[in-house]
Amino acid sequence: MLLSQFLVLGALLFSLGIYGLLVRRNAVMVLLSIELMLNAVNVNLVAFGAFLQNADVGGQIFAIFVITVAAAEVGVGLAIILMIFRNRTSANIDELDLMKW
Amino acid sequence: MNLPTTFAIAAEETGHAVEYGDGGWAAEWAWLLVIVPFLAFLAIVFFGKRLPRQGGEIAVGAMAFVALYGAVLFILNATQGVVFEHSVEVARIGSFSIEWGWVVDGLSSMMYLVVGLLSFLIFTYALGYMKGDVRVTWFFAAFSLFAGSMLLLVSAPNLIQLIVGWEGVGLSSYLLIAHYWEKKENSSAGMKAFYVNKVADIGLVIGAFVLAIPVGSFRISDILEAVVGDSEAMQTVAIAGAVLLFIGAMGKSAQFPFHVWLPDAMAGPTPVSALMHAATMVTAGVYLLGRMYPLYAVMAPDVLRVLVLTIGAITLIIAGLLALVQDDIKKVLAYSTVSQLGYMVAAMGAGAYTAGLFHLWTHAFFKGLLFLGAGSVIHSVHSNNMSDMGGLRKSMPVTFGTFVAGTVALAGIFPFAGFFSKDEVLASFNYEGYTVVLAIGIIGAFVTAFYMARTVFLTFYGTHKGHGHPHESPRVMTVPMVVLAGLAVVGGWVNIPGLYTGFTQWVGTRAHLFEEHHGESFDWPVLALGLSAALLGIAGGYLLYFRDKETQQARDSFRIPLLWPLLEHKYYLDDLYLGGIVNPIKGPLARFVDWTNSYILDGIVNGAGFLARAVAGVVYGWFDQRGIDLAFNGIAFTTDGAGGKTRLLQTGKVQQYAGATVVGVTLLVIGFVILR
Repeated sequence: MLLSQFLVLGALLFSLGIYGLLVRRNAVMVLLSIELMLNAVNVNLVAFGAFLQNADVGGQIFAIFVITVAAAEVGVGLAIILMIFRNRTSANIDELDLMKW
Repeated sequence: MNLPTTFAIAAEETGHAVEYGDGGWAAEWAWLLVIVPFLAFLAIVFFGKRLPRQGGEIAVGAMAFVALYGAVLFILNATQGVVFEHSVEVARIGSFSIEWGWVVDGLSSMMYLVVGLLSFLIFTYALGYMKGDVRVTWFFAAFSLFAGSMLLLVSAPNLIQLIVGWEGVGLSSYLLIAHYWEKKENSSAGMKAFYVNKVADIGLVIGAFVLAIPVGSFRISDILEAVVGDSEAMQTVAIAGAVLLFIGAMGKSAQFPFHVWLPDAMAGPTPVSALMHAATMVTAGVYLLGRMYPLYAVMAPDVLRVLVLTIGAITLIIAGLLALVQDDIKKVLAYSTVSQLGYMVAAMGAGAYTAGLFHLWTHAFFKGLLFLGAGSVIHSVHSNNMSDMGGLRKSMPVTFGTFVAGTVALAGIFPFAGFFSKDEVLASFNYEGYTVVLAIGIIGAFVTAFYMARTVFLTFYGTHKGHGHPHESPRVMTVPMVVLAGLAVVGGWVNIPGLYTGFTQWVGTRAHLFEEHHGESFDWPVLALGLSAALLGIAGGYLLYFRDKETQQARDSFRIPLLWPLLEHKYYLDDLYLGGIVNPIKGPLARFVDWTNSYILDGIVNGAGFLARAVAGVVYGWFDQRGIDLAFNGIAFTTDGAGGKTRLLQTGKVQQYAGATVVGVTLLVIGFVILR
């Protein structure tokens, strides 16, 4: 069974996502990194779903839910970023520190 | 509704095996009797003013219905003997169920008919009498409430409903007695009636609870069954309850020493007095005694019955004597009512259940008639005092004729109604061996005939001493009087010993718990004594009052030295109550309470106030300011400092938060893996 290969792929994608989340300065790229992490989770879900034959298709169905929620999240997130960009002509996440003390 | 077993057994024992019916639809719908007057009350209050007779027609219509329905039930009971009882639960407190219901049996159907018929006739009469009065609408509304409350009382199968009706009667009588409340005396008379009744009502309420709690039910049938079924265990409770209920009955039925309210209650309009004295109020006490009769008959007869008998006998004679000296025609009739109620109560006490109720029945007709006649006279001469009347025989022939019929009936002359009932009461005294009471009763019969003869001669004979020209009342007033006069003649023919004793069976259908004596024929010696006493009374009245005398002084020339002042001051009972109860409370006691209040109670309160202030000062200065405030300020200061340090962690940089989250989650995962 190729489960371990899938898990490695998922872990790599997840790490890549965390890296992007922490170091990218552009808010759009941060959002994309989050998508990457979500897809890493999807890979894991589908892999385990295929591996555990007796669990029906729970993993796959859950992955579909994740994709749906991710799509909605990106929609909202991109809208927010668009508004911020129009107000400040910048999408640099370091400059968005109005919430500090 | 089945007949309770005890009643059935008792009925067999006494050999009066009567077949009972359940009354069919007529009994099942008898609740209408109670509801209709109350609906009439509401209708008059809301719509009465817009009607041509200002609401009077609604009241008369409602009473016509009650009278007809009462007659149906009465005939039903007379022909087949009805025992019907139905209760609906209204509320529940623990195991005590508060119910509304209605009873149709001999006693209550007799009362339905009396109340309905008298109310109908008196209401019709009031249409004429109250015409042009200040508050006609309100008068008829309260009148309907009065009749409705009485019907609620009469129909009660349980003591709670009986008390509600009882208090409703008290309330509406208060409203009606004080109808002309603009004059202080009238509103005081209303309040006096209310207070005196209220004092006696305490007995009724406590008595109801004393009886109901050991039995576990407020239903009268349950209570009577328990008392009769287990007389050993229930003896104390039954005696206490019976005495307390009797105190309540004494208040409503104006028995000595509670009779003082009834003469003052004459302040109300005359139809009110007529209704109150004939059907709806003072009969309530006698009705209660009849309803609870087994309690008095079965339990310790020598204690309770002698008490009831004594009170009745005292009331009978003292009220009769008082009627001799009154100048106000309504007060003569009022004391006469008190005296006749004394006969009824004494009969109940002597063990003559039927005789007591029979006297109630006949008395309702002729006393209602006499009050209507008095009202007609007052309406015509605009005065209550007989010193303003006289010679009305010619100008008011119908009133005169009917009044005389009522007088003869009340005096107890054969063959008018009062003769039969008074004779039966006297015969029962004789049969039970109460010779003293029998003597009092015969003297009472003489006194009754005497004061009624005096009233007739002073009012209708001689010359007119008032102002203006008296005239006969309109037909709306005279027709009810004529009807009642007919009933005052024939009303007694329903219970003639040895000939026809229908009345005994009618009211007796549920009352076979006790033995009662019914003579096979008249008790001739007693009959002769009673009748001759009445004739002598009339003769005495004729001798003293028939010849016209100019002044009041001359008319009262036969004053008996010792008795007269006593009677004139009503045995000083009002003074006793005023001086013995009201003034001590008002005067010294009130002053003492005031003194106690300003010096002792205020001192305690003020001292407590100063002490509290001193203690509060110490507490504020030391404990509050230095103790509690310091502690709270310290806590606040510490929190502020800690917040100032930790807020530096909030950098506002999203990626720092994300990094912290990643590190934290990683550490958690590592921790789980290691510790697993």
